[in-house]
Amino acid sequence: MTAHANEFAVDVRGLRKQYGDVTAVDGIDLGIRRGEVFGLLGPNGAGKSTTVEILQGNRTRDAGEVSVLGSDPATGTRAWRSRVGIVWQDESAPAELTVRETVRHFARYYPRPRDPEEVIGLVGLGAKAGSRIKALSGGQRRRLDVALGVIGDPELLLLDEPTTGFDPAARRQFWDLIRLLADEGTTIVLTTHYLEEAEALADRLAVVAKGRVIAEGEPAALRERYGTEATVEWTEPDGVTRTERTDTPTRTVADLMHRFDGEIPGLRVARPTLEDVYLRLTGQEDAR
Amino acid sequence: MTSTAVRTRAEAPAQRLPGAWGLGLRRGALEIKQFFRQRDQVVFTFAFPVVFLFLFASIFRDAVHGSGVTASQLYVPAMMASGIMSTSFQSLGISIAVERDEKVLRRLRGTPMPPSAYFLGKIWLVLFTGVVETAILLLVGTTLYGVDLPSDASRWFDFAWIFVLGLTGCALLGIAISSVPKSAKSASSVVVLPFLVLQFISGVYISINTIPDWMLNIGALFPLKWLCQGLRGVFLPDSARVLEQAGSWEFGKVALVLAAWCVGGLVLCLLTFRWKNRRDG
Repeated sequence: MTAHANEFAVDVRGLRKQYGDVTAVDGIDLGIRRGEVFGLLGPNGAGKSTTVEILQGNRTRDAGEVSVLGSDPATGTRAWRSRVGIVWQDESAPAELTVRETVRHFARYYPRPRDPEEVIGLVGLGAKAGSRIKALSGGQRRRLDVALGVIGDPELLLLDEPTTGFDPAARRQFWDLIRLLADEGTTIVLTTHYLEEAEALADRLAVVAKGRVIAEGEPAALRERYGTEATVEWTEPDGVTRTERTDTPTRTVADLMHRFDGEIPGLRVARPTLEDVYLRLTGQEDAR
Repeated sequence: MTSTAVRTRAEAPAQRLPGAWGLGLRRGALEIKQFFRQRDQVVFTFAFPVVFLFLFASIFRDAVHGSGVTASQLYVPAMMASGIMSTSFQSLGISIAVERDEKVLRRLRGTPMPPSAYFLGKIWLVLFTGVVETAILLLVGTTLYGVDLPSDASRWFDFAWIFVLGLTGCALLGIAISSVPKSAKSASSVVVLPFLVLQFISGVYISINTIPDWMLNIGALFPLKWLCQGLRGVFLPDSARVLEQAGSWEFGKVALVLAAWCVGGLVLCLLTFRWKNRRDG
């Protein structure tokens, strides 16, 4: 168990959670290694948030074993909490305190906090440090949430849909911050339903649907494993656009070349994106 | 395959977590700062009992038969008791319910902040606002309505313990009732109604000698009645004792009931306090 705890920042076996008649988490296994950026991807209601809240120690579970930084989050001590950073899904309440006052105050809770001014700069709130929270925009408040999540210099950072409400520039800036933290060795677990975000950040992904992990692996590997079919698109002489899904796109193109005897009008060959894979995976799950 | 999972992190030496007492002081300072930045809240919190004192003590001013005091004088300790309960019970009951609904509490619970630091912060806030409120009412009472400050040290001592026990008991009750409202929207009605009823049956708005005994007996189960009685004992001449149910100030009983509420309130808080609202499980 000790060797285990050292290798994995998060180790989950057979996690289950029920809300009344609704099964939110239906037997999830996760092994997240130290230093890894791990993405939990899935549609709304898939059980991502419930899973993360159980990892945070803020929700009870019905069954399963959970170890986060070597401890059961359900019995997390203050020392344990000081090693785990949380970015909640909902933005923080409008308060009368300024950004600087809030970040400085939260820094007091931790034994080895990061420098508050540095953290405010990292999340891009430097110009707003003296503003009261209630005067911030929604996106700015989310950045404050991220600042409060990392102020304690956590070993493990749990983020629940951190970039919802961000504009594209703010999202890029957030990605840079996550990469910086990852380079420093912070283990990062984030839920998202933005495919590009998962692909840009995560070393490994788990696709979750209906409370179960339906696919897991590195983004490129997932694409390869589940997305071998390419799409070939062309235009028929009568002007109708046709598409064909195939495992052998080269042969399809060769056949078309033969038929058209030269240039194929409107030819496009597309390899599936992670989004295609994801939609196919979660769609499959729905069809079951 | 390639990159990841090999990033390492220097193991930092274990360091002591910040203490609850120090964090409680910092939270107290933060709570007071937040309180005073909400102008409307400040004005209404402090003005409410003063306005009521002004209204009641100006409308009812006749001498109360055989007691040696005027109705105006009676309203001064009554409104002080009400002010203590409003700064503790009412303001905590509502503000904690709102903080729970806005997930401020859940967010704090996700940090290594010790829970006691949160409660210490609330106590500092209540102590601070309670002292200011009481001082304002005392100033109005002595300048406008003929109430004299106690001349001997033992009465000041009585005043001190009645204030502290009453404020603490009411604050704990406020923390306990904050778990009752389902959302921030219903918080003020859930908290204000019992407070209003208690004010009527504890001798705040209506003189103790005109309230039916059965109502007073219900009021006597709660701290406000005893807070009022103790403060009358401190600020009114002994001739006014005839108005009391027992014909005396009953300081011993006042101490006992208020202390019991401090202990009982603490137990109630420990048993019922929730960091999340019901929706968050």
